[in-house]
Amino acid sequence: MATQTDILNDLAAIVEDIAGVDAADVQLDKEFIGDLDVDSLSMVEIVVAAEEKFGVRIPDDEVKNLKTVGDAVNYIDKAQG
Amino acid sequence: MGILEGKRILVAGVTMDSSIGFAVARVAQEQGATVVVSNFGRALSITKRIVGRLPQPAPVIELDVTDESHLERLPDVLREHVDGLDGVVHSIAYGNPETLLGGKFLDGPWSDVAQAVQVSAYSLKSLTTACLPLMGEGGSVVGMTFDATVAWPAYDWMGVAKAGLESTSRYLARDLGPRGIRVNLVSAGPLKTLAAKAIPGFEDLESSWKDRAPLGWDESDHGPTARGVVALLSDFFPATTGEIVHVDGGFHAMGL
Ligand SMILES: NC(=O)c1ccc[n+]([C@@H]2O[C@H](COP(=O)([O-])OP(=O)(O)OC[C@H]3O[C@@H](n4cnc5c(N)ncnc54)[C@H](O)[C@@H]3O)[C@@H](O)[C@H]2O)c1
Repeated sequence: MATQTDILNDLAAIVEDIAGVDAADVQLDKEFIGDLDVDSLSMVEIVVAAEEKFGVRIPDDEVKNLKTVGDAVNYIDKAQG
Repeated sequence: MGILEGKRILVAGVTMDSSIGFAVARVAQEQGATVVVSNFGRALSITKRIVGRLPQPAPVIELDVTDESHLERLPDVLREHVDGLDGVVHSIAYGNPETLLGGKFLDGPWSDVAQAVQVSAYSLKSLTTACLPLMGEGGSVVGMTFDATVAWPAYDWMGVAKAGLESTSRYLARDLGPRGIRVNLVSAGPLKTLAAKAIPGFEDLESSWKDRAPLGWDESDHGPTARGVVALLSDFFPATTGEIVHVDGGFHAMGL
């Protein structure tokens, strides 16, 4: 089973790839929009890529609750069960 | 055997798996069609990921319907994947949500309205004529509308653009009929998609739809709409053109 750190590392790589943010800056307390300057279209793509990578579903209604990187890591961790 | 067996279909306007175009591509493949998908700009990279969720692989091509050079090269780009086209699905619309939608009708600026009409209405003509070199007798073009005969809450200038789309479809039907090409629209009820979510206040429509439509309405089920589109692409509507088929649970036919 993936640990939270594994999830964070994989997610950081996705965010770097899609939004051009340095993976090292993708930390649990960072907000996607506020701190990392991820816009809504990039966010949609990050969600799609994360769904593929982690084998989970992140419903549209859930995405607005994922403000910080930590929110996303927690959600993915729980969804993977 | 599916009703689109052997048919080659372009579906323009797929971003997410929540896009109506995605559902159309899926049902078309299930019915035996070879499907090519197109999208534009930055959303293209999302499309490339999302087609992986279709039952079969589908090539993704770049097409901004407002870009003359994209339209000009479209037949060549398509020929890399298919040797002709039997159907074209126009599932494209855009109106600036900040200025044109959600109750700002009286202030909508012309430049944004012009863009909405170009992307959402004129493009049915541009896309269709760009595809003509690949289409012959029996071809079918299907677009997506939201009933433009009445005024809706929130829909505002997109409603005006849809009125233009509906008229464009009738004129295309007139001019392409002699070539044996049909042009029709599906008028869908409200569906949960990226575009719908961008319209402030569109959710209010969804709840009243459920109550008034005699068949009821599920805004998260794109299946009925996709099947309506696929039926129009098929040979089962051979004498139907310039038509608007309502896939809305019957909402449009009720007074109250
Ligand atoms: N969602 C609804 O409730 C509803 C109801 C009736 C009709 N429709 C219509 O269905 C169609 C598809 O919309 P959707 O709801 O699936 O949303 P969507 O956002 O998933 O699809 C719209 C597509 O249009 C594309 N697009 C925008 N501008 C473009 C351009 N210049 N060139 C090429 N492509 C461009 C977008 O990239 C996107 O893929 C639209 O015509 C929409 O008006 C939607």
